[in-house]
Amino acid sequence: MRKNNSVLLSTPYIVWMVVFTLIPLGVVGYYALTDPATGEFSLRNLRELGMYLPVLWQSVAYSLVSAFICLLLGYPVAYYIAHTSEVAQKFLYMLVMLPMCMSFLLRTLAWVGLLQDTGLINQLLGLVGIGPLRLIRTPGAVVLGMVYNYLPYMILPLYSTIVKIDGRLIEAAEDLGCNGLQVFSRVVLPLSAPGILSGITMVFVPAVSTFYISQKLGGTDTILIGDVIERQFKQGNNPNLGAALSLVLMLLVFVCTGIMNRFGEGGDSKGGVIV
Amino acid sequence: MSKELIRLQDLTMEFEGERVLDAINLYFNDHEFLTLLGPSGCGKTTTLRIIGGFLTPTSGTVTFDGQIINDVPPYKRQINTVFQRYALFPHLDVYDNVAFGLKLQKLPKDEIDRRVTEMLETVSLRGYENRRIDNLSGGQQQRVAIARALVNRPKVLLLDEPLAALDLRLRKDMQNELKRIQQATGITFIYVTHDQEEALSMSDTVVVMDKGRIQQIGRPEDIYNEPKNAFVADFIGESNILDGVMLSDYKVRFFGRVFDCVDAGFAPNEPVDVVIRPEDIDIVESAQGHLTGTVTSITFKGLNYDIIVDFRGFKWLIQTTDFHGVGSTIGIRLNPEDIHIMHKSEYSGMFGDYSSYSAEYDELTEDAGDEEE
Repeated sequence: MRKNNSVLLSTPYIVWMVVFTLIPLGVVGYYALTDPATGEFSLRNLRELGMYLPVLWQSVAYSLVSAFICLLLGYPVAYYIAHTSEVAQKFLYMLVMLPMCMSFLLRTLAWVGLLQDTGLINQLLGLVGIGPLRLIRTPGAVVLGMVYNYLPYMILPLYSTIVKIDGRLIEAAEDLGCNGLQVFSRVVLPLSAPGILSGITMVFVPAVSTFYISQKLGGTDTILIGDVIERQFKQGNNPNLGAALSLVLMLLVFVCTGIMNRFGEGGDSKGGVIV
Repeated sequence: MSKELIRLQDLTMEFEGERVLDAINLYFNDHEFLTLLGPSGCGKTTTLRIIGGFLTPTSGTVTFDGQIINDVPPYKRQINTVFQRYALFPHLDVYDNVAFGLKLQKLPKDEIDRRVTEMLETVSLRGYENRRIDNLSGGQQQRVAIARALVNRPKVLLLDEPLAALDLRLRKDMQNELKRIQQATGITFIYVTHDQEEALSMSDTVVVMDKGRIQQIGRPEDIYNEPKNAFVADFIGESNILDGVMLSDYKVRFFGRVFDCVDAGFAPNEPVDVVIRPEDIDIVESAQGHLTGTVTSITFKGLNYDIIVDFRGFKWLIQTTDFHGVGSTIGIRLNPEDIHIMHKSEYSGMFGDYSSYSAEYDELTEDAGDEEE
């Protein structure tokens, strides 16, 4: 009886998953393995992937750098929020969430307005006699866009891990001879490892596949794998190659999260990665 | 006697204007097993946390070995703590938990190894070195916590209700174990508990606290036999507490009758609290008794029966090995040494009447104090 109920309740989601995730995945696989001209089985698309490897690595590099910067920026913020009063925690948590309520496209476009050669920042710099500097269409602008957009995804899992660290463990560490820095390095940091891994994953995964940020804020030298895929479907009119690229990207993401999870098992496995 | 190690002077602690410790004066001797005993919220844990360095007192001083240590942070004190519910590091195994303090002292690896192994031997946990903390039972975690603190060879070990989370049987075993470890190492133990039996059976000295004040300090026997006020008499064991008048030295009147007693030094005709322990009362034929009363309830307790006897409206608890049915009339005799006289205090009239006694209520209150702060 009970079991039937749970099957019944999960049916809508299972149907959803099959129709909108599993079948499309199959379609991607089908396109990736068929010839664009003849529609026959072919490994041609996969063979062509080699030339896109540099772009792929570039995407991975940009995403990892962004994730790392997010970690450096996000950890102190998360730590601070976790150690304020409960009222302040709720308020600050909301502030961190707030940008996510605004359109991702709008936020990125706003940066265009700020960074462009005649943008607000250069206008202000002009007033004090500097510039105009070349801010937009640089690798820095792309990283900035990624960090700006994905920072909340770093802060939130970090916060929820740090806030759960038992205060008595910190007292115990002090009791056993840790000064402030040692308490952090020997207890707080290892215990926040699940949050760090989760945060890195949650920043890395959307960053590695983004195309909008690099298109709006980047230049010709900052093309990412997401741009290439988008181009195959739109201008390139080669969905088969696009599908093959997507497939590779997906595998890459799977491998990365798999590695992260494997690392995470050394720590508190209950902290879990939410992807 | 051994020398003084820690002294608390006029120690006062306030949280947001609420006074939780009120002018505590107390000293701790080297090698002593001292217990802070009291109900939830009495200030015992706060006192312990001040000694450990986790709280700074609002006023007053903490002196350690002759030096004031109010502002010395915990990691610079020669004091280690066994925390309530242990606070073991979940990211480390048993070995690394125990070695935590020694690694911080940057001792050579072979010495760390030797001392950790030795300490695990002491707490009977050899072979558990690589176990994860969450794979241990409560009793084992408890012993890791003790080992982790003791391996640093502190001058003083603070124990904050360390046995509260264990079941009764394990608690008894660990009490003996702790006492044995304390005697073997000679380390000063400052132990916090709300369990009076635990306090009496383990300690050299018991400090009874309530409402942020020390109610009585003494050896377990003295605390039990000579409670200072109605609170102590009631908190430590069971007590019948009656109003009486001290006529002169060794003469007390209660229930309209004069009894011989062994107490002296009260003002003539001073109103006093009279304590009579339930196990000291002799039951006799009603004709031969000093007092006669009617049994109103009887509860079998294993070793004895707890009977409630009504003496002219005041209900006494008496412990007896003989069965006395409800409604039967009995007499009691009181020997002079069974009667203990106390000065009146703010607690007079609050305790020691068994009108509302019930066996279940007794068990409920025993668990209630487990969690504090």
